[in-house]
Amino acid sequence: MRFIVRRMGLFLLTLWVALTLNFIIPRLMPGDAALAMWSHIHNATPQQLKALEAMFGTANQNPILAYIAYVGNCLTLNFGVTTDQVPVMTKIMQGLPWTLGLVGVSTVIAFSLGTLVGMYGAWRRGSWSDNLISPLLFIVTTFPVFFLGLVILLIFGVELQWFPQNHPYSNPPGLTLESAADIIYHAVLPGLTLVLTASGGWIYTMRNNMIATLSEDYVRMARAKGLSSWRIMLNYSARNAILPNLTGFAMQVGFILGGSILIEYIYSYQGLGYLFYQGTESRDLPLQQALFLLYTMAVLVCVLVADLLTAWLDPRTRDA
Amino acid sequence: MEVISASATRPPAATSPRDAVARVSKAILRNRKATLGLVMFLLLLFVALFPDLIRSVPWNESVVPRDVISQCQQDAVALGRVPNCAQFAPSWPQYPLGTTQLNYDVLSQVVHATGTTLGATVLISLLVTAISVFIGVTAAYVGGTVDSVLSFVTDVFLVIPALPLLIVLSTYLEGGGIAAIVLVMTLTSWAFGARQLRAQGLSIRTKEFLEAARVRGERPWYIILVEIMPNMLSLVVAAFLGTSVYVVATMAGLQFLGFGNVGDSITWGTMIYQAQQAMALESGSFWWLMAPILAVAYMGTSFALLNYAFDEIANPALRKTGRRRGNRAA
Repeated sequence: MRFIVRRMGLFLLTLWVALTLNFIIPRLMPGDAALAMWSHIHNATPQQLKALEAMFGTANQNPILAYIAYVGNCLTLNFGVTTDQVPVMTKIMQGLPWTLGLVGVSTVIAFSLGTLVGMYGAWRRGSWSDNLISPLLFIVTTFPVFFLGLVILLIFGVELQWFPQNHPYSNPPGLTLESAADIIYHAVLPGLTLVLTASGGWIYTMRNNMIATLSEDYVRMARAKGLSSWRIMLNYSARNAILPNLTGFAMQVGFILGGSILIEYIYSYQGLGYLFYQGTESRDLPLQQALFLLYTMAVLVCVLVADLLTAWLDPRTRDA
Repeated sequence: MEVISASATRPPAATSPRDAVARVSKAILRNRKATLGLVMFLLLLFVALFPDLIRSVPWNESVVPRDVISQCQQDAVALGRVPNCAQFAPSWPQYPLGTTQLNYDVLSQVVHATGTTLGATVLISLLVTAISVFIGVTAAYVGGTVDSVLSFVTDVFLVIPALPLLIVLSTYLEGGGIAAIVLVMTLTSWAFGARQLRAQGLSIRTKEFLEAARVRGERPWYIILVEIMPNMLSLVVAAFLGTSVYVVATMAGLQFLGFGNVGDSITWGTMIYQAQQAMALESGSFWWLMAPILAVAYMGTSFALLNYAFDEIANPALRKTGRRRGNRAA
């Protein structure tokens, strides 16, 4: 219980730091941020300048009052309007399902695949499959995300034309089977890129941890007892080896979210990453800030879930 | 009080820096991945240091002289045709990777961008590693409140997603030059290494040779620099290499999106961005886009191989020992 309370405390504290950082960064920068941003907008109107000034609090506003107002707005999910006068939340809700689907499913696949391959690699260490797969996937992981994205797009989208090159769907999505197939068909290439970039890290840590746990005394003991090798692999070795992977999960989620910005940009996949790119490109600060908070929030929730899972898998952490 | 003999005050391994260097170079030569990575890196370093030896064609001006273009325009006008003289397509042997839409030599750009890309990568990685070591080792060695505060700051920076933060920061640092990229990349990347080094620092904190140094009355900074650091050298090198792999990919990704490109200097990321913007693939300049992309992947692979190898060196359990009988029997 104490463990959970402590993790919740860290969760709230980190959230507060991220919120505050989001508030401070535009104000720390030299020059009149609102004016600089306004000058980037095409066909800018005076109202937009006013909106930006209100946001930055440059209009002779008490910074403390501005901060309180800002935190209040964030807590009520009121992020203002974008520079083209659409509520930020409306835009986010449009992009959210696509990113959630793409990134969520890819992450689950990458984590399962990475953990299983890493487990297998450690179990059959030195076999030809381990010698081939482990370094190969590790090398693939070190390639920049956009490199994999562009190469996969070039081969399967442009050259072979097996899969669509961009957009999350071709016909307006509906609740039909065809629509679902269409959406999956469009998600294959960006999803493949995400899985390839994300799974390597898990393979690597899982393999290393598993090699360490396999030489532990309790594994030798289990062997001596004559337990089946499946049971030793899963219940004795893997259960312990997976713990650091879970902790690393949250960091990996941050990495994947960053990668999804690049991938959605490459495939013109209109999710949150694409929105974030557009928002930054067009200096749409309200949109950019809200999305940055959302990303941090997503990682924080994953950290919390991973912590709770760790506590469930490893009784030792509960009273730590 | 007990008298501590001279030998007891020595750390168990890695005494002088020269010994450490000798150990490291021996380890590199014995490991195939490390050797390959090192050869790849040295090749890169050579290109970075002597770009003009490899390609003396200037990278930042058109390979087609200005008077040729104006002559072409005059001829076209004289013949009553639309002047279409913007892009020449010089033949293969002279310009192996083709030219950009402004008739710059692609090969020369890739070669001359090596120095800036490698330089920025190494500089950022050095700064990041220095901050990681400082924060990690201080937290582990000093402990107490200092540790709690530093660990919390590290955790916060670990959780905040790096690329979105980088993108947010880079929009405000426009026109700040390459120094701005170095600054934001450094600020957002140190946390992972700091946490790793703190864990390692904690594990050697209670070792006897440190106790001995404290009893001798050495100052904390002496203990950290002379007693702790040599024992963590391989980990520090591993942290540096891991950071480099990350920096290569992240910097290129950031520039690919159009953030952090600096006007008067060129990196591979900037090349990729410019090629993508000019629709290089559609206009037939395949290598304008692919050459810098492959170069980034090459540099990343070089650092990754060294990193992978160093992990094996730093962690003897991972070394290849052939098949283990226990596993096969099971």
